[in-house]
Amino acid sequence: MAKITLKVNKKEHTIDADPQMPLLWAIRDIVGLKGTKYGCGVAQCGACTVHMEGQPVRSCSIPVIGAANKSITTIEGLSDDNSHPVQAAWIEEQVPQCGYCQSGQIMAAVALLQKKTSPTDADIDAAMQGHICRCGTYPRIREAIKKASKKMTVKG
Amino acid sequence: MEPKDISRRKFIRATGLSATALTLGFYFSGESKASTIIKGEDAENYGVSLNSWIHIDTNGKVTIVSHRAEMGQGAYQAIPQMIAEELEVNLDEVNIIFGKGDTVKYGNQITGGSSTVRGTYKNLSKLSASAREMLITAAANKWNVPAAECYAEAGHVIHRPSGKKMHYGELVVDASKLEAPKNVQLKKIEDYKLVRKPLPRQDTPLKTNGTAVFGIDKTLPGMLYAMVERNPRLRGKVKSYDDTAALKVPGVKKVFKVTMKVFDTDREGIAVVAESTWAAMQGRKALKVVWDDTGFDYVNTEDIYKKMKAELQSKEGLSAKKQGDPDPILAQQKTKLDVVYETPYQAHACMEPLNCIAHHKGDSIEIWGPIQAPDWVQGDISQKMGVKKENVIVNMTFLGGGFGRKAFLDYTHEACLISKEAGAPVQVIWTREDDMTQGPFRPGVSYRAEGAVNNGEISAIKFRLCGQNIGHWMGSKKDVPNDSVLEGFQPHYFDSIKNISFSDVPFETPIPIMWWRSVYASTNGFAYESFMDELAIAAGKDPLAFRKQHLKSDRCQKLLDKVEEVSGWKNRKPKQGYGIAITECFSSTVAQVVKVSKDATGKIKIDKVWAVIDCGWYVNPDTVRAQVEGSIVMALGAATNHEIHFKDGLTVEKNFNTYRMPKINEIPPIEVFIMDNNEDAGGVGEPGLPPFTPALTNAIYDLTGKRIRKLPFDLAKV
Repeated sequence: MAKITLKVNKKEHTIDADPQMPLLWAIRDIVGLKGTKYGCGVAQCGACTVHMEGQPVRSCSIPVIGAANKSITTIEGLSDDNSHPVQAAWIEEQVPQCGYCQSGQIMAAVALLQKKTSPTDADIDAAMQGHICRCGTYPRIREAIKKASKKMTVKG
Repeated sequence: MEPKDISRRKFIRATGLSATALTLGFYFSGESKASTIIKGEDAENYGVSLNSWIHIDTNGKVTIVSHRAEMGQGAYQAIPQMIAEELEVNLDEVNIIFGKGDTVKYGNQITGGSSTVRGTYKNLSKLSASAREMLITAAANKWNVPAAECYAEAGHVIHRPSGKKMHYGELVVDASKLEAPKNVQLKKIEDYKLVRKPLPRQDTPLKTNGTAVFGIDKTLPGMLYAMVERNPRLRGKVKSYDDTAALKVPGVKKVFKVTMKVFDTDREGIAVVAESTWAAMQGRKALKVVWDDTGFDYVNTEDIYKKMKAELQSKEGLSAKKQGDPDPILAQQKTKLDVVYETPYQAHACMEPLNCIAHHKGDSIEIWGPIQAPDWVQGDISQKMGVKKENVIVNMTFLGGGFGRKAFLDYTHEACLISKEAGAPVQVIWTREDDMTQGPFRPGVSYRAEGAVNNGEISAIKFRLCGQNIGHWMGSKKDVPNDSVLEGFQPHYFDSIKNISFSDVPFETPIPIMWWRSVYASTNGFAYESFMDELAIAAGKDPLAFRKQHLKSDRCQKLLDKVEEVSGWKNRKPKQGYGIAITECFSSTVAQVVKVSKDATGKIKIDKVWAVIDCGWYVNPDTVRAQVEGSIVMALGAATNHEIHFKDGLTVEKNFNTYRMPKINEIPPIEVFIMDNNEDAGGVGEPGLPPFTPALTNAIYDLTGKRIRKLPFDLAKV
């Protein structure tokens, strides 16, 4: 066990945990933010995606010690009122069905749009193909990313 | 009916609502399925608990209970949307809460068989209209005007001549003193304001900011976490185990053996209870278990399919349906078709792995989890744990997918056993590997199809199905055919095919099996609609025209016309393959056309899918479209990729690296159309799945001349 400082959504948490515990379980079980999901545990599905220092990462496959003192953003950190343009686009396109994978999908989409404000279909394919949705919301995810891109570019 | 001790106050308290209000619900009287609408306070006189109900408080706030699970299919939106329509309130004034498992109160609560809307809309519409009429009457009495001069709109009653207006909240106390009307007039489709409109789902905002509470997200004070190392051979036992190392893992509290029935055999495993999910996982890894597989058949996939093939050649099976007699006709034919189709076992692979919280408190048990059938869980737990039914409280959360798996009762029972032994509330979490390898699975099914055509028409068809029968697990007799042999087959084919038979060739393995989205229609549809295509080709007919020729009903004709029109079927060009299929299940018919071509590498590319659904009366067109889109994506994975293999009794595929889900870049454009009519509501969550695969393989035949009869197949290797 070790004392580790996590900076999640701009808030500091000092936790006492096994340094090898994946960041995912530290976020869920210790910090208590449940929006980040467990799907596969082996970085195959993307449901656990969060941002670490602005980069999308699979929190199920990063030991919590590796995230110490780094800036972590989870779905809860985007906005709590769905005002982030990607969240708004997700609602307009009515993307979610069961919704379980959508935190990860949204975090991946946000990271993509931060890098490329107007992504092509190929860009979307490349950024999103590690993210599984069993309900099959993919066509709507694509449309929502394009819509969010427009919102963000208009805003400048 | 004898009055029983259910006072209104008790009813209101049990539901957590204020007593000054109008509460209206219905109950099912006796064996007849007719519903009677009564007021909450009258429940005691009838000695019943109210079924799904509406509660309007003095602020005009409407609360309704959804006794169905929300697992992605949109029940959370569809139920309030249809209630708000007849009740004449704004949708944002309707608050929906999940009902708990209660057979007395709700009757059958299983969310399966695409039944949420089709099973409830008539009663819920009537209930809502009754409440509306009572509020109108209360207002008319207050104003001393004829009720006919009043109407309801947006949570108000309005007196048309004078323009006087009162909020529902001001009327509920008076309305609650009125008798519920015996007959109410439901609105006409052309007057709908909410139903049939593509309104946004109310659960969407909860699912875009991380606040939706799925089973896995629920926590309780003092809750512990558990993982279970189960016998990997599906239903074997534990011979011995060593927990020395496991108990040394920081955070691990307790390790013990769990024995539970899965259907008719015991499944044993070792539970590790800990302070966090991670500690439970680490403790589990440190276990040393010796398994006892005595008497267990080490099944292998190859053997299963070899045996099914042999059975189909040598046995007639149990007759499920026979019209005319295809045998003499087939015997006379010089050229008849006689082919076998094979479909694989499938995992449900819900994105949210199985999990359940149980809190065993001695003489009562409370459960939280992603549960498709809370009433079944209540009964099952009561019986298996020896706790009175009324003391088993089953709370529903959002489900991260269900597809049939979360209607099974193993994971909830296991959590109760673990909580009892641990003496604390415990959340049992299954890893992805547990979820994928333990089953139950969709059964793999093989089919033999014999048939002949004469003068361009089908003269005889003989279908034989061979595969495990899900019904056997639920106690159906082994000498009767599987009751789902016809699932997926459009019943109007029987109008034109005079000699046709279906039989079930019994087949058993120790593999646990369960419903999987669209159940047997998911495999039947492939066999039956592939064979229709083979017969059309044998008859020298256009496959779509051939369906029209054999499906003469007005609704089928309109549906086929529509899919022909939107897909541009008649304007097909060279080097494009077009395939059609039409299936019926859960009272809805769906036709799909798939268009394929070959890309530069020779791989089959799916250019487009057109789907037309006739589900009769429906609530939300956007939800209908979403369900059909999702069904097509699920079918695509099942057709071109997914198979659960068994080797020496072990499940081979364990996670998404080998059970590869379709990805965003593999999804063709999908266009969904809905037939508009006022027929009885049919299902929406499942019927879009079965026609996709045969439409795809029929399209591949059209393009390449190659007939695919075994699933899954690789689009790159056709």
